[in-house]
Order: sequence, then C-alpha cells, then structure tokens
Amino acid sequence: MEMTGAQAVIRSLELAGVEVVFGHPGGAILPAYDPMLDSPIRHVLARHEQGAGHMAEGYAHATGRVGVAIATSGPGGTNLVTPLADAMMDSVPIVAITGQVATSAVGGDAFQEADITGITMPVTKHNEMVTTPDRIPGAIAEAFHIASTGRKGPVLIDIPKDVLGATLTRFEWPERVQLPGYKPTVRGHSKMVREAAETILAARRPVIYAGGGIVASGAHEVLRRLAERLELPVVTTLMARGAFPDSHPQHLGMPGMHGHWTAVTALQKADLLIGLGTRFDDRVTGKLDAFAPNAKVIHVDVDPAEIGKNKPVDVPIVGDVGTVLEQLLEALDALDGNGATQADTSEWWTTLRTWLDEHPLRHDQQPDGPLKPQTVMRAIDAMRAEDSIIVTGVGQHQMWASQLIGYERPRGWINSGGAGTMGFCVPAAIGAKVGRPEAQVIAVDGDGSFQMTLQELACAATERVPVVFTVLNNGVLGMVRQWQELFYDRRFSQIDLGQDVPDLVKLADAMGAVGFRCEEAGEVEATLEKAFAVGDRPVLVDFRVDPEEKVFPMIPAGQSNDSIIESMDEWNERKAAAERGEGEDLTAGGPPS
Amino acid sequence: MAKHTLSVLVENRPGVLARVAGLFSRRGFNIDSLAVGPTEVADVSRMTIVVDAAAQPLEQVTKQLNKLVNVLKIVELDDAATVSRELWLVKVQASPDVRAQVIEIASVFRASVVDVDHDSVVVEATGSTDKLEAMVRLLSPYGVRELVRSGLIAVGRGGKSITEGRALRLTA
Repeated sequence: MEMTGAQAVIRSLELAGVEVVFGHPGGAILPAYDPMLDSPIRHVLARHEQGAGHMAEGYAHATGRVGVAIATSGPGGTNLVTPLADAMMDSVPIVAITGQVATSAVGGDAFQEADITGITMPVTKHNEMVTTPDRIPGAIAEAFHIASTGRKGPVLIDIPKDVLGATLTRFEWPERVQLPGYKPTVRGHSKMVREAAETILAARRPVIYAGGGIVASGAHEVLRRLAERLELPVVTTLMARGAFPDSHPQHLGMPGMHGHWTAVTALQKADLLIGLGTRFDDRVTGKLDAFAPNAKVIHVDVDPAEIGKNKPVDVPIVGDVGTVLEQLLEALDALDGNGATQADTSEWWTTLRTWLDEHPLRHDQQPDGPLKPQTVMRAIDAMRAEDSIIVTGVGQHQMWASQLIGYERPRGWINSGGAGTMGFCVPAAIGAKVGRPEAQVIAVDGDGSFQMTLQELACAATERVPVVFTVLNNGVLGMVRQWQELFYDRRFSQIDLGQDVPDLVKLADAMGAVGFRCEEAGEVEATLEKAFAVGDRPVLVDFRVDPEEKVFPMIPAGQSNDSIIESMDEWNERKAAAERGEGEDLTAGGPPS
Repeated sequence: MAKHTLSVLVENRPGVLARVAGLFSRRGFNIDSLAVGPTEVADVSRMTIVVDAAAQPLEQVTKQLNKLVNVLKIVELDDAATVSRELWLVKVQASPDVRAQVIEIASVFRASVVDVDHDSVVVEATGSTDKLEAMVRLLSPYGVRELVRSGLIAVGRGGKSITEGRALRLTA
C-alpha cells in the first residue's frame, strides 16, 4: 500500500503506542491532520502551542509515558520552546512534532518559517529535521527511544511539508532502536556500589536526598526498602514530592529555599548525603560552599554530567537509580553475610525528632481575618481523594502546595521545578487528567501564573476534561511582591493585578466551566465540597487570599542554608540585629534570582 | 587555564558541528582552533578542538558533549603522547630583491613556496604550532599579507586507534 509521509507520521505514532496527542494545526503540518481522522489516536486541541506542550508534559508526569505535542512551522514551533525548555530542565519525556516549510523553501525566509531545530538545540535532548519520507518512522522511533530512556527529556522532530506529502518507498518501523552514540548506563559500577554500601553503614548522621530521578525511574518502592532497612532519614526535593510518603516517620520534608526546616538543616548537619536522582540544584544547596559542609557525598544519577557538577562527590555512581538501589540492597546483603554492622544513628534520630517537633510549618489564620492561602491548602489536603493529582503553576502558591499538602505516592504532584514556568498549571493539569481520567486532578494556581495560560480553560471545557482549577487569588504577583517587600524595602513595582480582573466566576461561565468564589476561612470547606462534587465539567474556584502572606521558611539568596528563616517575626528580629551590627545582613546577597 | 586538545568522533549529520560548538559557547569557552574532516570509517567525522579552559569546567563540557546523540567518542589528547600538526599558508610581501631571503627562511623550516608573484610569495608550511609561529616571526619583517591556518589536527602516538572499539562498531 502506498503511504504518504503524513500517513507515516500517524502510523509511527500508533506503533509507538501513542493514544493521545496535544496540538494545534496550521499550514505546514496540515497534511498530518488529515490521516489523524482515520486513526484511533485522540487529538486534544490546545488554544496555544505552549498549552499543547505543557499538556504533553502533564500527561507524561501523570502517566510516566511519553507525551506528544504537535504544532505547525514558524510561530507554532517557537511557541513550543518554553515547554521544551521546561521538559529539558525537569527531564520530562515528550516528543514534539512540528511542520516545516517545504524543503525547497527552507532557509529562504518563507511564510511561517523558523529554524526550529536550530532554535531548540539547547532545549531539547535531541532534535532532527527529516528530509526524506522514508526516514519518518526511524526518526519517530528514535525520538521516543531517546525521550524515554536514560535521563528522560524532550525530542523534537521537524518535518517539511513536501516530505509529509511525498510517498514512501517503504515504511520500516524499527523493532529495536540502535544508536551508536547513545547508550545510557543502567547498572552501577559494582565496586562503587559496594563502597556506597560500606559508606552508608559507617555513617552516623546519614540523609537520603531523593530527587525527581526516583519518580522517573519508578524507584520509589526500592527507595523505601533501603530507607526502612537501615532506618535512614529521607528528604524529597520539589521534583520528588511523593517519591517517599510524606506520612512516613522517616520523612523529614522538602529541602531548599522554601523547604521544611528539618529537611534543610538535616542536610546541613549530615555526615553523609545519599543523593539519588538529584542534581544538587542551587535552589536546594543555597550558597554552594556552605552546603552540607561536613558531609561525604554518594551521588547516583543516570546522567554522568550531573555527577560532581556542583558538589564534589566521594562515591560517584552512574546508572538508573532504581537498578542501582537494587544493587545496593544486594551489596548490603553481602556485607551482612560478612557480619558488617551499621553505625549507631540513634543520636541523630533523637536530634531529628526534636527538630521536627520544634519546627513545624506555622501560619496564623484568624477566624475573622483575611483568608490565608495556607488554610486553603490544608483544606484541599484534607478533602481531596486519596489518589488525587495536584498540579501547580509557579510562585508562592506552588511552594505552599508543596509544603502543606501531603504526598503519599509518586506522580501525585506535578509542577515546573527547574525552569519555573509560570503558566504551567492549567495546561499541565489538563494533560494529567487526559492521561489519568480516573484520578481526581486538582490544579492549584496563583492569579499571575493562571493568567498566562487561562485560555486553555476553553480546551478543558470543549474536550470535557473535568479538572478542578483552584486559584489562590491575592491580586498580586505574590512571589515578586514578597521579594520586593523583603529585599527592596517594600518598594512595590509592577505587581498589582487586581483581584477582580478578570472576574474568575464570570470567566468560568464564559469558558464553559463552573465557577465558585470563596473569601472567608469559614467557607473554604463548603466551597471545595461543591467544587469536587461537579465531576463532569471543569471547575474554577476563586479563593480570595491575603496578599500580605509570605512563604516561609525562606533562605535569603547567597546565604548559607544555616540562615533559614521561619517567619516574618524572625526576619524582622534578624534584620534589626543586623542593623545593630549583630549578625549577617540578610539582604547582602540581593534578592533571590 | 590551559590549552586542551580534544578529538571528537561524530556521526556525519547535519547540525552536528553547531551542536558541538553550542556547548562550548554556552559556557563561555572560546575555541582556539577547530578542524573537521571525514575519517577512515564511513559516516564518521573527526573534530580536533583546541580550547583554553580550566580542567573542571572542561570536564563538564566533555560530559555534555558525550550526551549528544551524534557524538560517538571523545578523547582528550595528552601533549606528550600526541603528534599534532597544523598547515599554514602565509602570503609574504617579497619584492625580487628580498625574495631569495624569504625562500631561504621557508626552506629552513622545511616549508615550500607554492606561489610566486612580482612582489609576493605564498609559503606552505606544516608542523607544530610552535615551529610555525617561529617561522612567521622571521617572515613578518618582510610583511605578512595573509595568514591562513588549517587548525590543529592531532593523533595519538603508538599503534592504538581511537576509532576502533565498541563505540563505532554499529556504523562501521
């Protein structure tokens, strides 16, 4: 049977196991939209290509499968740049397929032409412009292989319109992809694994520093076995929330700039960091040379370029973290057989338990006072379904959602970590719900982040994707406001959005969603009850929250993690002390960047 | 900072040079010299890159280069165990009265004169960078009108080959 390039694209996607794609048609990609009509693959029509890209990410986060985004040439492709960069930073497996102007016009500034492989080179794991129709199945098979193996990430395949229209001489789908320059290491070096096991047994103040790699690798169960076997405390980074149950007695919380006090301090005081699928990101380490100064470091990561990139490593192990942890358990078995014993960690645990008791997260909700965002978070935590997925945008609301909602399983928390992409929430939540229709998906957004991609509410309505979108509406760009208050002496510049524009309840109505508004602490639960009861349509809830509220704990930029501040009162005391010449100037490092 | 010579074996695909160069520029490294050409293995090209960088950031760039799908292998060549050469073409101002002197300098460096005109000669020289720099120092009083350098190419001494082995088998 004769097959066109466009048919080959759709057939390849089917063979790759794709059930749903997120996209937006246009001139150069038009040929591929015709055979889609004859395919079982579902197409979700985003209102903007950025939305399509984040939907593919949300789908990938929620399901662990490769998300697919489709766009046309030129602006269609450039609108995908932000989601590609986001997926690159957070190692999210997505494949983007873009149309391109005809081969003869490439490089000639044709209508809707952009050099998308050139533009996306630094923000994709790999990309390729396909120049012959026969190459289409191979290129797409390789794209899925590269996106979903090793350190996962985005791959873009750009296909000129004439290649989509041309006829293949033969369609060859490779059963196994073989790439001479791409062979991710899966198993850890056995000698290094044994050394890691010995090092862990010898540690008196060990901490497991678990990152997003645990989720990507599906290593949450083996992580738990290791942690429980040796009673190791665990911290989970922003990308790893749910990789180890929050309710587990060995869980200390999230480390980092807005992390839990005990998690941050445990890393600082540890004698051993066991970094698993994590990249010692600046948001976790703070001032790098003051980070965990007395700790030996074991670092397991599938990406060799991450090992030792930021922090010198004592025991480096390149490999898939799940596989390496299984190897580590075997190495511990062997050491047990030889009569090895673990150093005493009881004193460390006594200290950690004391810290956990003394440093809970605090916020002050007065019954008649303004509604605090934390109150909404705690209510969502209490009322959500057990298997729910929380998706956030970027800003204060993201930190509150990560701090205050309990995450018990992987893929129940989806956010933009490395890139910090405002506008991620709405489309990513749609993608998550499309991928996991049986799960309750709750989007937690801020009003600033929400307004960057709110047009995708229309997509949620017409595609019947019943996400519960909640907006912590404080009428300001809250995180920017917080920095300007603390680091620019309350000189507020360009932060006012206004709580009433857009009117979110009317917006919901206009967008085919059900809208609710809640302005008082006493109404939060009743509002959520109504929102969760809708079920068959998207819901938008406008929570009018206090714009003065700030995210704590907080570590000022350029400061050691030892300088963690837990409240506004503590900030004021420390600032006053610094002005008297006692103690460090908290604003010396400037605002966080 | 020190000079490092990297041999990078790549699949001969469109854009691979841009990908490699992009990883250097992204970290603010200036490439001193770059020479690219096909090898004895079909579809495999070899880049010889000389870069001025401290060891630690260079290691990071090397690891990032290794992650490029079209990059097959990277070897940092150790100066002591490497034969490295450049080819230079030097257009020297040489009126008939000094032409013989210019040719004599060239011959001392085992360079050859490949073009002669009324008031100029083109000298073709190969050798290590040090030797070629010495030659140009001696030629410069006559007036160097153009200097064209091929970029360094280098190969390890001894019988071992960097194009043999597992990394390249699939394309060989």
